[in-house]
Amino acid sequence: MSEVRELSFSAAVQEALAQAMEADERVFLMGEDIGVYGGAFQVTGDLVHRFGEDRVRDTPIAELGGAGVAVGAAVAGSRPVYEFQFSDFATLAMEQIVNQAAKMRFMLGGKVSVPVVFRMPCGSGTGAAAQHSQSLEAWFGHVPGLKVVEASTPEDAKGLLLAAIDDPDPVLVFEHKLLYKVKGHVPAEMYRTPIGKAVVRREGKHATVVAAAIMVHKALEAAEELAKEGIDIEVIDLRTIRPIDSATIIESVKKTSRLACVYEGVKTLGIGAEISAIVAESEAFDYLDAPILRLGGAESPIPYSPILEKAAVPQTDDIVAGLRDLVKGRI
Amino acid sequence: MATKSPGKPAASGKNARPFYANHTTEQLKEALRRMYLIRRFEEMAEESYVRGLTHGTMHLSVGQEAAAVGACMDLSTADYITSTHRGHGHCIGKGADVKFMFAEFFGKEEGYCRGRGGSMHIADPATGNLGANGIVGGGLPLATGAALAIKQRKGKDVAICFFGDGAQNEGAFHESLNMAAVWKLPVVYVCENNQYGMSVSTVRSTAVKDVATRAVAYNMPGVIVDGNSVADVNEAVSAAVERARNGEGPSLIECKTYRTKGHSRSDRNRYRTKDEIEAWKNKDPIPAFESELEAHGIANRGEIDAIRDAVEKEIQESFEAATKGTNPTPDSLLRGVTTTGDIAMGVEA
Ligand SMILES: Cc1ncc(C[n+]2csc(CCOP(=O)(O)OP(=O)(O)O)c2C)c(N)n1
Ligand SMILES: [Mg+2]
Repeated sequence: MSEVRELSFSAAVQEALAQAMEADERVFLMGEDIGVYGGAFQVTGDLVHRFGEDRVRDTPIAELGGAGVAVGAAVAGSRPVYEFQFSDFATLAMEQIVNQAAKMRFMLGGKVSVPVVFRMPCGSGTGAAAQHSQSLEAWFGHVPGLKVVEASTPEDAKGLLLAAIDDPDPVLVFEHKLLYKVKGHVPAEMYRTPIGKAVVRREGKHATVVAAAIMVHKALEAAEELAKEGIDIEVIDLRTIRPIDSATIIESVKKTSRLACVYEGVKTLGIGAEISAIVAESEAFDYLDAPILRLGGAESPIPYSPILEKAAVPQTDDIVAGLRDLVKGRI
Repeated sequence: MATKSPGKPAASGKNARPFYANHTTEQLKEALRRMYLIRRFEEMAEESYVRGLTHGTMHLSVGQEAAAVGACMDLSTADYITSTHRGHGHCIGKGADVKFMFAEFFGKEEGYCRGRGGSMHIADPATGNLGANGIVGGGLPLATGAALAIKQRKGKDVAICFFGDGAQNEGAFHESLNMAAVWKLPVVYVCENNQYGMSVSTVRSTAVKDVATRAVAYNMPGVIVDGNSVADVNEAVSAAVERARNGEGPSLIECKTYRTKGHSRSDRNRYRTKDEIEAWKNKDPIPAFESELEAHGIANRGEIDAIRDAVEKEIQESFEAATKGTNPTPDSLLRGVTTTGDIAMGVEA
C-alpha cells in the first residue's frame, strides 16, 4: 500500500509527466514557455532541467502548428504531450485537433493511431477575462475520435493524465486553473485512472448532482450545507466527458429520482444537455419525480469585473438554492 | 493631427531631421507628455494590483513607450489601431483618457469596456482604437480587415497594427500580410520587437533574425528602427502611413526595443540576465527624448519638469476618480453579448 502523501493538483500533474517520461523515452512535452519558465501555471516546473530541452520543448507561439506537429509526431511513433498555455488557445488549433487528430484513424481505415495528449488549463475565477477563462470541454466532447477527461482531485489528475498518455487515441486533458493549488492524497507509484469511468464522491438519496472538475467541489460544499437541513445529495464526479459514463448516472438517478447537472461551460448545448438526454432516454426517466435542473455558465463571455465574473458561473450558493428547490415537496 | 502639421516647425534648417522639421514644439511636448503618461499609468496600475484594487493580470510596456507614441502621434481619430495584450501604451498613444483606463482596471461601469474587459481588452472604438487583445496575433487580421473597409469606402485613413515579435510566428501574421499586399491595403504593421515572447527569445523561436526580413516574402517594405527613439519610429511610420494613404499598400516596421519589467505578474525572469535588463534600462526612451528636446532647444528643464508635474497630477486625480466609480450589477451580465439581445433588453449601446 502506498503511504498517504499530499500533493497539489499541479504537482500531481507534474509527477505524472515525469514518471511517463522516465518510463517511456518516446514521451516528450511541447508547449509555450514550458521550459525555463516552468509553464504559465508552473506545472512543468523544473522538468526541463531533468529531461533536457529536447523532451521539454519550448515552441514558438504557434498553436496550430505546435498542436499539429504533436499530432504528426504521434502518428509517426512519438508520444507527445502538448500544453496549451490556456485552453482558450486551442481554438487556434481546431483544424489539427478536429480535422486531423480526431479523424485520421477513421479516414485511414483504422490503420494508424494518434496517441497525442493535449493539456488544457481552463476555467474562470482568475480575472483573466473573456479570452482566457473559457470552459470548452463540450466543444471537444462533440467530436467523435477525441476523448476528453477532466479531474477534480490531484489523485485523478495524475491517474487520468497517465491513462491519457497510455491511450492510443487523442485525449484532451482539461485542468481547471483554480484547482492547481488544491492538495490531496496522491499515490507515489504510477497508476491509471480509467478513462470513461465516473465516480460517486458522495452518496445520497434525495437528488443526484452530476459535475466535473471544480464544480464537484462546489457541489460537495452545497451537499454539506444541505445535509444540515436533512437533504441528502449524491454527487457524481464525471472525470471523463467523452466517452461519458452513462451507467453510473442512470443508476444514481434511479435511486434518487432527481437530477441536477452542474457545469461551468455555457449552459446552452453544454454537458448538462447531454446528461439530461442520457437520463431522459433511459429507464431512469420513469423514476424522475421532478424536472431536471441544469446549472451552467451564463449565456455570456466571462467578464473581467470580479462581481460579474462570479455571476457568470454557478457558485455554491446557487447550487444550494437550486437543489433545495429541486427536492421541495420530497422531504 | 495631420502628418504634416501646420504651425511653426520645432526645428528647421537643413540639418533638422524630418521628425523635428515636421512637428511643432507643442506636438513634440505632447509626445513627451504621452510617454510620461504611459509610464506613470503603468506604474500606478502595478501599484493598484499590489494594493488589491485590480485583479487578473497585466502586461506592462515600461521601456517601450517610444514605439507607441512615435507610431500614434500623427494619427487622427478616424485612423484605426489594433493593439496587443501589452497595450496600455498604444491606448494612451492614441489619446485615451487614463481616468477611464483606471476605471476599467477597477472593473467599473465608467471604464472603457464597462469593466467587462480589463487590462487585456482596453479599447476606445470612438477614437479608432479597436482594442488590446488577449490573443497573440489576434489583431493582425483585424487591422487588415479595417484597412479593407477603408479601401472599400475609398477613404484616406489607415490602420496601424501593433504586434510583438512572438506574434510573427502565428499563422495570422503570414496570412494577414499576404492579403494586405495582394489587395494593397492601407495598413502599417508595427512590430515591437522586445526580443522575447514571454520567456522565449526570438533566437530560440524564430528562423530569421529580424522580423523585417519577412516583409520580403510579402512584397512590402520592411524597415528596422531603434524602437527606443520616438523620432526614428515616427519617421518610419510617417513614411509608411503616407504610402498607405496614397494607395501604395502595406508596410512592415520593426521597432527594436525591450521590456524592462517581467512579462506579466507571474514572471520570475529566469530566462534573461540582470545585466541584460540593466543595460536596457540605460536606454530608457524617456530620458533620451528629454535630452533630444533640450539639445534642439525645444524644451528646457523647467518646461520638462512642468510636463512631468502635470502628468503626475493627472494620474493621481484620475486614479482617485476611478476608484469612486460604479460597480456593475449582476443583473447586467448579459448586456453587450449581442446587439439584438441589447435591443431586446432595451439598453442603449
Ligand atoms: C494565441 C496565444 N498564445 C499564447 C498566449 C499567451 N501569451 C500571452 S503574451 C505571450 C507572449 C507574446 O510575445 P510577443 O508577441 O513578443 O509580445 P510581448 O509580450 O513581448 O509584448 C504569450 C505566449 C496568448 N495570449 N495567445
Ligand atoms: Mg516580445
